[in-house]
Amino acid sequence: MDALSSWFAILDATLRVSTPLILAAMAGLFSERSGIIDISLEGKMLAAAFAAGAMAAVSGSAWFALGAGIVVSVMLALLHGFACITHRGNQVVSGLAINILASGLTVVLGIAWFRRGGQTPTLSGDARFRPLELPFADALSGTPIVGPFYADVVSGHNVLVYTAFAVVALTSWIVYKTRFGLRLRAVGENPLAVDTAGLSVSRLRYGAVAICGVFAGIAGTYLSTAQNASFVREMTAGQGYIALAAVIFGKWRPLPAMLACLMFGFLDAVAIRLQGVELPYIGEVPVQAIQALPYILTVVLLAGFIGKAIAPKAIGVPFVKER
Amino acid sequence: MTEYALELRGITKRFGAVVANRDIDLAVRRGCIHGIVGENGAGKSTLMSILYGFYQADEGDIFIRGAPANIHGSQDAIAAGIGMVHQHFMLVDTFSVLENVVLGAETRRLLEPNTRNARAELARLAEEYGLAIDVDAITGQLPVGEQQRVEILKALYRHADILILDEPTGVLTPQEADQLFRVLRSLKERGVTVILITHKLREIIDVTDDVSVLRLGQMVAHRHTSETSMQELAELMVGRSLVETDYSRREALNADAPVAIDVHDLALQTASGAMRLDGVDLQVRRGEILGVAGVAGNGQSALLEVLSGMVAPTAGRFVINGREAKPDDMPDPSEMRALRINHVPEDRLKLGLIKAFTAAESSLLGYQRAEKFNWRGFLRLDVIKDLCESLMQGFDVRPVNPKLRSASFSGGNQQKLILARELDKEPDVLLVGQPTRGVDIGAIELIHERLVAMRDAGCAILLVSVELDEIMALADRIVVMYEGKIVGEVAKADADKATLGLMMANAHNIAQPVRS
Repeated sequence: MDALSSWFAILDATLRVSTPLILAAMAGLFSERSGIIDISLEGKMLAAAFAAGAMAAVSGSAWFALGAGIVVSVMLALLHGFACITHRGNQVVSGLAINILASGLTVVLGIAWFRRGGQTPTLSGDARFRPLELPFADALSGTPIVGPFYADVVSGHNVLVYTAFAVVALTSWIVYKTRFGLRLRAVGENPLAVDTAGLSVSRLRYGAVAICGVFAGIAGTYLSTAQNASFVREMTAGQGYIALAAVIFGKWRPLPAMLACLMFGFLDAVAIRLQGVELPYIGEVPVQAIQALPYILTVVLLAGFIGKAIAPKAIGVPFVKER
Repeated sequence: MTEYALELRGITKRFGAVVANRDIDLAVRRGCIHGIVGENGAGKSTLMSILYGFYQADEGDIFIRGAPANIHGSQDAIAAGIGMVHQHFMLVDTFSVLENVVLGAETRRLLEPNTRNARAELARLAEEYGLAIDVDAITGQLPVGEQQRVEILKALYRHADILILDEPTGVLTPQEADQLFRVLRSLKERGVTVILITHKLREIIDVTDDVSVLRLGQMVAHRHTSETSMQELAELMVGRSLVETDYSRREALNADAPVAIDVHDLALQTASGAMRLDGVDLQVRRGEILGVAGVAGNGQSALLEVLSGMVAPTAGRFVINGREAKPDDMPDPSEMRALRINHVPEDRLKLGLIKAFTAAESSLLGYQRAEKFNWRGFLRLDVIKDLCESLMQGFDVRPVNPKLRSASFSGGNQQKLILARELDKEPDVLLVGQPTRGVDIGAIELIHERLVAMRDAGCAILLVSVELDEIMALADRIVVMYEGKIVGEVAKADADKATLGLMMANAHNIAQPVRS
């Protein structure tokens, strides 16, 4: 394998690994922009992954699986909203509770329903989202670099990967170009201003967490029905938190958040590639060291390399109307 | 059609056992500026919150243009043509002016057509009312006067013809306030009804047509402004007759009294290079009050921070009560306290007390290590409570309840508690910042009396205030600060508002106005 195609393989893997991060980051962005801290991205993804895995195994349809993943994730999002918006609970505690709930419930239900130690049955055929070959790959195959790049990196992913990038564009458009986006940004900065303008703070925030639920549901579905072929216990493995870190890196803006996700995905892809490879002067790098890279990078970058991350001003503060 | 834009009949609002508004009647004439005055806690804000739909009245009716109105939320108030400029602006700091104006008044789902309309409408309003503003500026970066203008534009953009302003001049410079009043008059000329809530009587006399006085939740008087006076309004507000107190000294200041604060070429530069203090020289003798005037943010705060030992200067030196302080040898605030130098900070909620503490705990701050409050590592809570109680009685802090949370007291009572704590130590030097900001008339009187008593007892007092009246009434000498420098000094006898005003704008040295 020549250098170019191995780079293409890494980029190809980057897209695959980044997809759930990007979807989860956009989910988190909606919630956080509305002023609701969402550490329960992790739990929503996990629950959605399980629901999708189970539905796919039972129905044999990836699309039904997607529907189930979204429904379960939205329900958890509304639960979070009920605790934080209606009852003004602590947003971190509520998020944590949802994570613990998802982590326990998926395993318990998995064992009860499928008797495979918490896994769902292995999926095949239409029960999974399978790679799509984009048109023009053949036509471009003669062109140097562009041709192989198109064929190896751009083409050949499943529909959810392309969806993730469409979601970034959609998020950006909603946040900056629509009335809802304006109100969303306002409610995270100064809910009192929104209230005095005659708008309902809780309705806006519920809307935001519901959208958050939809995107987190797609992310979870991707994990069990596209990237893998079944649900495995704790399969999110901290990706919800990484996505949240990406939102902060991106200073709560869609495009920079997506780039942060791609960077994490790239490091992950490199880590897989570097397993067992001898590097000059260093020797064989322990896999664990490379796998730790994204997390080390998170700490280093958050410690000051990205400049001050200014959060929406009202984030984490329940809105109390009575003064 | 009635001649009244707004009528309230028998409005009563209770919070538990407390009656915030009792049987209030109010009639506001169409196209007039109507003032509502009252001390802090008299129920002004509650009344306006009822009008704007934050609260529902327990009893009573609201009529707008003669028709009964049901106001259940901001939405209803806006629809009824009521616009409100809150004391704390309801703006999103990160938004452009344009975005703030359209927020909540967008008719289309996409942003672009809304902002396009608003841009045109704002241009028209700017022309009609003289409310020019850069609509693409980021709101949080505008000076407060312009932010307030955005609030007014927000209301006009929503076609408000009754505009309520809650303590609008509290945050403004005198010049910005004048500009605001010009805008209010031009609104009035075009038929907008303005309701001005304030506790500054000077403003009432200057701009209003009618005035209503609230005291302890009840309307005690309605007057045509032309038929009343500041004296009468003040007495109506407080509910007793006020004597104009003369704080000038009985005996002339002893010119040989020792200098207690001696500042030489003091400078404070921020990390970003700005000079908060720039070559400040000043002296204060024992038994003298030096007033420091200036528009807020011109180095007065920095001066207090340095002299009280909170911040080290970057250059210069000062001697305070015999202790020399230099950039590399600064006493910290606790050493200052030990030197009998006390400080009543400008921002009482940030620096003066801790909101979540009880009054007793707040009254201990700074002296928690003193021997009489400690016993083998434990605080002597009974002694502390007794101390707080005696402080409260001595300074008329109400309610006299050391166990109440500091945040539950009104601003005036919080300030009296802090003053009691600091004055009780009988300091040689007293640094005081904004002693009467947000404090009602009754409390202002008491605070002024106590400061003058300290002066007469031989204390050197440095008084920083943005209220010129206060400085002129209390100070023996007045210095004016502008951009970190002292730009002028006048003796009490020569002080008048016009001169000081020019100094505050640093325009007194310019012989002829230069046009650029």
